[in-house]
Amino acid sequence: MNVMRRSVLRSMGAGSALAAMLVTGLIRPIQAFAADWSKAAFEAKTVPDGMKAIGASGAAESKDVVITAPAIAENGAVVPISVVSNIPNTNSISIFVDKNPMPLAGSFEFANGALPDVAVRLKFSDTSVVRAVVMAGGKAYTSHKEVKVTAGGCGG
Amino acid sequence: MASSMRVRALLKGDVTAITAIVSHPMETGMRKDGGKVIPAHFIQVLTVDVDGKRVVTSHLNTAVSSNPVFNFKVKGAKVGDKAVVSWVDNLGEKGSGEAVVAAG
Repeated sequence: MNVMRRSVLRSMGAGSALAAMLVTGLIRPIQAFAADWSKAAFEAKTVPDGMKAIGASGAAESKDVVITAPAIAENGAVVPISVVSNIPNTNSISIFVDKNPMPLAGSFEFANGALPDVAVRLKFSDTSVVRAVVMAGGKAYTSHKEVKVTAGGCGG
Repeated sequence: MASSMRVRALLKGDVTAITAIVSHPMETGMRKDGGKVIPAHFIQVLTVDVDGKRVVTSHLNTAVSSNPVFNFKVKGAKVGDKAVVSWVDNLGEKGSGEAVVAAG
């Protein structure tokens, strides 16, 4: 399933084609993504590529995706980020750090009573927007926030 | 390589806060040591089970900090339930830790 999905994604140019396939249920990125660690998503070098790989292209901006992050981080190696989704039926929260070499930092799926509420500490290579993407009821929602980093987290 | 971790599960009201702290280098594969690249070594999957049921599945990248700390929240757990946090990294190393849900 995963292999097929990737070749489908590769061979596809237009986002509209992807959307059409999602609607018709030809591909189910959420389930495929849940199955294992997605190399395509995590090794994507840009936010749009990463969003596409998790099936979240064209995510709608939403105030119900709440990011808590410091405005200024002195140490880019340990930036506390928390994300809460107030959108009903949230299945997962993914977090992107736009300027990182691989923007997708992590993806969290919730089941059996877990609340869509997660806090982690992330590395920021530089001052960057941090972006949360929520998948809920088959739709994607997003919000973002800027974190100014005074010392990067990927140096020696 | 042995890796230790700490798990805490505290019930307040009807929400259990689960905290996991893992000792792990979370190497990005982009750092150099004397001109030599330090290979990537990072947790890829971290799961949380409460009372035998999977509540959180995390897929992670190198951007997660070294010795990472995770906080999750779960509804419906009871004092005495077992919370188990397990992980596997890109080199196939595994670890897990557990805590009994306590009244917070």
